[in-house]
Amino acid sequence: MKILVPIKRVFDPYAKVTVASDGLSLEAPGAKFEINPFDEIAMEAAVQIREALGSVEIIAVSIGGAEGEEQLRKALAMGADSAILVETNDPLDSRVVAAELEALVRELGPDLVLMGKLATDGEGNQTGPRLAARLGWPQATLLSSLTIDGGIAKARRETDQGEEAVEVTLPAVFTTDLRLNEPRYIALPGIIKARSKPLARRTRATSVEPQSVTVGFAPAPTRPAGQRVNSVAELVAGLNARGAI
Amino acid sequence: MAKILLITFGPSEAALASGFAAALGGEVTVLALAPAGSTPFKVLDAGFSEVPPSDTISIGVAEIAKEYDYVAAVSSLGAKDLLARLAGHLDWPLVNDVTAITGTHEFQHPVAAGAAVETVRVSGDGVILTFRPAAFPGSAVGDAGTTEAISLPVVAGSRRTEAAAKSGTRPDLSQANVIVSGGRPLQTAEKFEQIIGGLADALGGAVGATRAAVDSGIASNELQVGQTGKIVAPDLYIAAGISGSTQHLAGIKDSKVIVAINKDPGAPIFEVADFGLVADLFEAVPELTAQIRQRAVAQ
Repeated sequence: MKILVPIKRVFDPYAKVTVASDGLSLEAPGAKFEINPFDEIAMEAAVQIREALGSVEIIAVSIGGAEGEEQLRKALAMGADSAILVETNDPLDSRVVAAELEALVRELGPDLVLMGKLATDGEGNQTGPRLAARLGWPQATLLSSLTIDGGIAKARRETDQGEEAVEVTLPAVFTTDLRLNEPRYIALPGIIKARSKPLARRTRATSVEPQSVTVGFAPAPTRPAGQRVNSVAELVAGLNARGAI
Repeated sequence: MAKILLITFGPSEAALASGFAAALGGEVTVLALAPAGSTPFKVLDAGFSEVPPSDTISIGVAEIAKEYDYVAAVSSLGAKDLLARLAGHLDWPLVNDVTAITGTHEFQHPVAAGAAVETVRVSGDGVILTFRPAAFPGSAVGDAGTTEAISLPVVAGSRRTEAAAKSGTRPDLSQANVIVSGGRPLQTAEKFEQIIGGLADALGGAVGATRAAVDSGIASNELQVGQTGKIVAPDLYIAAGISGSTQHLAGIKDSKVIVAINKDPGAPIFEVADFGLVADLFEAVPELTAQIRQRAVAQ
């Protein structure tokens, strides 16, 4: 069995993000770059599947600038067998990334693509299902548990009403939610081993262009400061005056 | 006039779309994937009692959607799951969580856990959008529209083996006018239900929780409010024992009135609260519940 895990390089999701002075990009001064945390959960899930099933090949892939190697090395340290960097400085949106991933899937033939439900920077929320549609594969998004047996995945997924259980026949595209697992701490031997694992660089396979272009960013509107009240009675009076109760 | 296909996943969503449709300047047809309730729009009713898995209906939905200029839905986990797949089938752009329309092909939506607002320009034969209804106020007016039963093909895909079970009789978080939320200081599931649930019931509202409360097991998953849970925008949001993490605040800041009750006067929640009460929630919340109940009796 073969699992493809797409990885996006993002700002440390816990860093304070601000709008750059030109209004055209976001910045987090001093913040490190990390694997998008939902993709890290996908990597961990792939490793857990291998631990459960035995013979599983895990390929991590990232699309973007040369600096993405840093995150792919981390994915290799987490347990990926090999990594592919589709190196490009082209503007990317979910459409382009899904098209590039589709080309990789058709070439490499994985049984499963396991990826984050969203990236914490752009919050596009769409690359996984877009890819699944392009491939004509089933999808299960927002997974909170996953087991695979005999080419059939049993998963639980988060919904607006709570959690539901689904069964999906592979091949399929799955996206991860926070509760699926807690990615393991990477020990030093893993980091050293990762240096000698294969990391292939290649150029884009398609000439698909983005349909979404950023016009600009603005800081989120802030709520005006409210008032402190000193007692429950004062709170009730205030809410009453506002017509809130 | 632009043609908008509004896909609905529940009964009250069509009513939430009037302000959005007006802002977009289009004529709305509803594609109801679950019973739609009363709406002034024309309804295409697929006749499902519950929404089937996205991958089993997306091709059929795409066949209908391709005749429209815009495909839209109220932001929800289910809507994003289906509409992203639709974007793949149709090869159209998709913008999620739209909070403002700044052009026929230009939209704003929050990014980076609510820290910034991005303006996106899109191109394509059509445009797919999910939107936050609180950003587009306006009520549905007019008589009920016509309803046409349609047959939507269902193909093989994911198989739902267990449906999500909604527990209790309280309103859903996404629909509630009042939400009372609690954090980890509630300590146990019993205290959480008694104190947070008690105030919610006095107000006829829904119960919410922080991620910390959910992760520590004192509140169930579907109650989680925040960037990684549900984005809510009720008329009144009461946060008890919630410090106000960035990801929680990102999920509540469109609420009309926010009340914070917290022991720690330095908690960030006070920076966004309309009314802040520095107090022990175990005393203040039951007292508030009692006063609300007294008012109800007096009226």
